[in-house]
Amino acid sequence: MLRAFASLGHGLLDFLSFLGGSFLLFADTLGYLARGRLSLRDTVRQMSAIGGDSLPIVLVTLLFGGMVLSLHTVDQFVRFGATSLIGGVVAISMTRELAPVLTGVVVAARAGSAMAAELGSMNITEQVDALRALAVSPTRYLVVPRLLAAVLILPIITTFAIAAGGLGAFLVAVSQGVSAAEYIASIQRFLSWSDLFGGLAKTMVFGGIIAMVGTYRGLTASGGAQGVGRATTSAVVLSIVLIYAVNYFLSWLILRLWSGG
Amino acid sequence: MAAPPAIEITDLYYSVDGRPVLEGISLTVAQGEIVAVMGLSGSGKTSLLRCIMGLVRPQQGSIRVLGQEMVGAGERQLNQARKSIGFVFQYAALFDSMNVDENVAFALRQHTGLDQATISRIVADRLATVGLSGTGGLMPSQLSGGMRKRVGIARALALEPKTMLYDEPTSGLDPITARAIDELILDLRSRLGVSSLVVSHDIATSLGMADRLALLYEHRFVAMGTPQALQHSQDPLVVQFLQGRTSGPITVV
Repeated sequence: MLRAFASLGHGLLDFLSFLGGSFLLFADTLGYLARGRLSLRDTVRQMSAIGGDSLPIVLVTLLFGGMVLSLHTVDQFVRFGATSLIGGVVAISMTRELAPVLTGVVVAARAGSAMAAELGSMNITEQVDALRALAVSPTRYLVVPRLLAAVLILPIITTFAIAAGGLGAFLVAVSQGVSAAEYIASIQRFLSWSDLFGGLAKTMVFGGIIAMVGTYRGLTASGGAQGVGRATTSAVVLSIVLIYAVNYFLSWLILRLWSGG
Repeated sequence: MAAPPAIEITDLYYSVDGRPVLEGISLTVAQGEIVAVMGLSGSGKTSLLRCIMGLVRPQQGSIRVLGQEMVGAGERQLNQARKSIGFVFQYAALFDSMNVDENVAFALRQHTGLDQATISRIVADRLATVGLSGTGGLMPSQLSGGMRKRVGIARALALEPKTMLYDEPTSGLDPITARAIDELILDLRSRLGVSSLVVSHDIATSLGMADRLALLYEHRFVAMGTPQALQHSQDPLVVQFLQGRTSGPITVV
């Protein structure tokens, strides 16, 4: 019993030290961004790395995600005679929630893990210390371009994700007997630009989470190859959990803002 | 006023998680001087260098590099000082995503506005200094241990530092390559007036090139002096270390 409490306390302390450390790193990163200390070339290189890593899986994930969403929606809505709502409901779920969250999760798994592994192995082979010894801040050189790249590329990947998901959903709906014209008319009636902007804005926050968790876990990795493995796994798990949790509050905020405005 | 020493360490204390690493270390390296710090593995030699570079923060004491205080300094001041020090890591710590040229050019690209042609010329010059001309296109994974070390030296020399810190520059190398590196350290002093602090347990290296030697044992300096003085020392610690005997006051197991 006591041991269980001890390990709970240990886990809590770990999490608090992670929160504190990653916030300090974030503040340091924002400092460099505010002073304009960034390399455009490195940022673009990171954007293409994150995009290239993640886009294919995001597209496949969302294509099937849209298909299955449509399958269930059509099944239920036809039963209640609400066929004219199907396109709208599917499109709104896709742009507001499904595409942003699933994209965040896939990018966390692909690119967030790669960041933690790369920086982790640089850390344990003293390459991060070598940067500091050469008077180069690891935050400026390693974290700033990754944060900027993730924040900028996530909305772009998500846009493609929405297109893939929308296509999958549309094809399944039509194959289930819903008329294409009615489906599209329903989207036009219900979906607004604010749904798209709200969804994409959330993904910028997810990008920030993925980059900060990935780089922080990498930069604090210790204990050889095993330590890099641990850092990588924990970066993915933490980013995904944080994305799910933060998504709820962002959705709540966006709903309030939209309906209030 | 006399020129400030290259490195002046006064009463330095450094511990990790309450475990002492360095206790009351004092050491001065004059400009143009070569000082070797010897000691058993794990005696705190590397930590001493990491303290000087500001890579770790000692709890107490003072480290001045060319008169500038490093202990308690902010990151910006540390970076100013770091540009005047070249640090050669024990395992070279080359950037493994960059080739040899890019490794050596790194500090120049980050800190100077020099054009590509000038940078290439400086890189070629540094690689020639360490005897590695023509290897610029190789990746670190394609290099032998001795080559990696020499690229590490070339990279540390990029910004023409006035002080060099070497962490075990000759360990794991064959005796001939090791002596070549010794000669390189001496050559940098005679050509460019570079001061060096060399951490090593290679007795031949230390005796052969250092102006002064210091022996680090159990977190403290137990002996310091010229190679001749230490070779004639009657101190059982010094005698045992220089002769590499397992019996004596120093116990390893």
